[in-house]
Amino acid sequence: MALLEVKNLQVHFHTRNGVVKAVDDVSFSVDAGETLAIVGESGSGKSVTCYSLLDLLPKPPAVIEGGTAMFDGKDLLNCSHSEMRHFRGNDIAMIFQDPMTSLNPNLTIGEQLVEPLIYHPDKARRKDRATAKKRAIELLDEVGITDTERRFDSYPHEFSGGMRQRVMIAMALINEPRLLICDEPTTALDVTIQAQILELIKKLQRSRNVAVIFISHDLGVVAGIADKILVMCAGKAMESGDTDSIFYNTQDNYTKRLLSAIPEGAKTMKNRAQPDTLVEVNNVRTWFKDYSGSKVITVKAVDDISLTINRGEILGLVGESGSGKSTLGRSILQLVPTQEGSVVFDGTDLGSLSAREMVPWRRRMQMIFQDPYASLNPRMTVFETLAEPLLYHGLADKNNIDQQVQQLMDDVGLARAHMRKYPHEFSGGQRQRIAIGRAIATKPELIIADEPVSALDVTIQAQILDLILNLVERHNLTMMFISHDLSVVRYISDRVMVMHHGVMVEQGDTETLWANPQDAYTKALLKAIPLADPKSERSRLSAI
Amino acid sequence: MSNNETSIVLEKGISLWEDAWIKLRKNRMALIGLGLLVFLCVVSLLTPWIAPYGYEEQNLLLGATPPSAAHLLGTDIFGRDMLTRIMWGGRVSLMVGFIATAVALAIGVIYGAVAGFVGGRVDMVMMRLVDILYALPFMIFIILLMVVFGRNLLLLFFAIGAVEWLTMARIVRGQVMSLRKQEFVEAAHSLGLSQWIIIRRHIIPNTLGPVIVYTTLTIPSVMLLEAFLSFLGLGIQPPQSSWGLLINYGVETMEEYPWLLIFPGIALSLTLFALNFLGDGLRDALDPRTSKD
Repeated sequence: MALLEVKNLQVHFHTRNGVVKAVDDVSFSVDAGETLAIVGESGSGKSVTCYSLLDLLPKPPAVIEGGTAMFDGKDLLNCSHSEMRHFRGNDIAMIFQDPMTSLNPNLTIGEQLVEPLIYHPDKARRKDRATAKKRAIELLDEVGITDTERRFDSYPHEFSGGMRQRVMIAMALINEPRLLICDEPTTALDVTIQAQILELIKKLQRSRNVAVIFISHDLGVVAGIADKILVMCAGKAMESGDTDSIFYNTQDNYTKRLLSAIPEGAKTMKNRAQPDTLVEVNNVRTWFKDYSGSKVITVKAVDDISLTINRGEILGLVGESGSGKSTLGRSILQLVPTQEGSVVFDGTDLGSLSAREMVPWRRRMQMIFQDPYASLNPRMTVFETLAEPLLYHGLADKNNIDQQVQQLMDDVGLARAHMRKYPHEFSGGQRQRIAIGRAIATKPELIIADEPVSALDVTIQAQILDLILNLVERHNLTMMFISHDLSVVRYISDRVMVMHHGVMVEQGDTETLWANPQDAYTKALLKAIPLADPKSERSRLSAI
Repeated sequence: MSNNETSIVLEKGISLWEDAWIKLRKNRMALIGLGLLVFLCVVSLLTPWIAPYGYEEQNLLLGATPPSAAHLLGTDIFGRDMLTRIMWGGRVSLMVGFIATAVALAIGVIYGAVAGFVGGRVDMVMMRLVDILYALPFMIFIILLMVVFGRNLLLLFFAIGAVEWLTMARIVRGQVMSLRKQEFVEAAHSLGLSQWIIIRRHIIPNTLGPVIVYTTLTIPSVMLLEAFLSFLGLGIQPPQSSWGLLINYGVETMEEYPWLLIFPGIALSLTLFALNFLGDGLRDALDPRTSKD
């Protein structure tokens, strides 16, 4: 008999707009030492499924309508609060997505680690502080934190994101759980750190023989670590089976779509770069001063970078968080002040222009932002958002504005009927279409796209990437495409530049760089990309 | 969806404000509040012509009488008609409430928005000024104003407005500071929009929620502040009156003549209720995320 056996789970949300079937008749099981991956896009019900097991759902509006979840002979869906407290953190532990917010910033990590031992609900299993501390330090060693005696008394802000996630893992393991639920544990992390955390989870699982439920939106991430996969969509289980059969013998159409949406391989469109230079960046330095501490710290976000972008070219800019890639994009557009160096756009040094003189140039260069939920004014309708740049730059007047806006909406694939709607009425992908529409409204020559697909689901991501490629060709755009996702950059760019800690480490033609990276950092980065191929992924993980 | 495409376009307004009006019209409580406020304002405006008695008309022989046919809301200890005095008092209270709050609102929102948006050194200087004004004892400030300019009603508005805008400025500044870093504001920058357009179109509309709520809380506190000042002899003078003053006198004689407290109390509470309902309705109406039905 399996350790956890969930049968016909049904969770409904009773909202003002009617009943939402968040989880609709889902069944699965996990054994000790086994990893089950639950994969699905946002809103598929994958997190709700797991939260309902630990009674972590907000009730109301959530109501568990039916089903059983037998864990070691007890039904988790049907037990008292005190019984549930015994399961939580004890037999079943959870790791959350965002390591930045899941640790209490006012307590040392040591204090947070020993807490479950000292205040254990089961009095017999309580430990005194010294034993608890010893145990916590052992675990910190095990999850790969160095200098543990000293770091035991550090506060969460003294750790990087990857290190915090290691602390979270140690915290989840401190009571030796038999089931570990990981809710997108690597989504907020850089790709090189992600590979390390995946390897760590795999290693700990083997040494402790725990069962793992791994929730993810990314089939590539789970390929290497999952034994079984459950694919969910809109609350329903679409397909489940062992990992190899899901990847190599896909039955369900939705799973097929998920797999085909993963950007893979080289760019298929021809390189449209023309010989003349549109943007020339010379030795730009953008430094920020941080006054928050006792000393003034200078952050060298962009440090002495030079590059050129030819007309019609798509330049991919790759780097991990904090590498300064977004700041470089904003420096080119003169959205942040630069310390040194010059940005020459079509023969004019932008740094020498006043804010007023800059306005006509702004029309010629636009930006697409990462988060479609933050980049649109929530109190402006689609019409207002798209009409604003047109009217401001005199590209349309009151008589033809309706028609111009409709034209734009057609361009980015939005139904005209949605013209008077507000951003919150749209999905993430549709919002990003609005944001792209705003960027191309002024008929710019250069577009800087700052992680435009990172916040989107994989199937939507593929659509938006194709839309971008299509618009680049139709409107003869030049683009700088910033991303942390190397597969996406390879799919879209003609040329790639890699940034690390504010400096450029390597650049070159996309395929040349992929085939033969020169710099050690580039090599590490390329090696860390998770592939949607279980066989090669397993060998890659064990090699790290 | 496709068969009612045209009706969607026709049904919805062009801008946030038109949409807000459509939504507000569907909110019954807010409409009642609005109606009540309009009614009170109209009565106040027309008071000199429709009041049953003169506000200083005394009848010492009559003294304090409970409500009767001749005096619907009774009379005070000098035999003055309470209905008349409440109507005249409403003129002062509503005027102080609305004008002083409008002054506070205008100064506070613009000042706070500019400080928060420009940031850096400008923000520091502007907010230190606010801190200094906060630290200034309110009473001394008012007494100084009275000494320099003499006593009049206009000065009262100015003095109260000058105090109340400080908190408004702080609220708006905090909102603006977080909005300023949002990507849609950055997007507006990259479109080349001028700072003033960004503040007006992208920043201020997004601060409206807390501003409206705070405004509906400010109006009653301003009315009570006026009563306090008048009680100390710094505001309006008897025989003129306001709701706050009437309540103050009513409290003194609460046990013998409860109607002297109850009726002005009801007038003030009704206004506050109306304001709160209208404020809530406005806040919801101006937030596109609340549904239209």
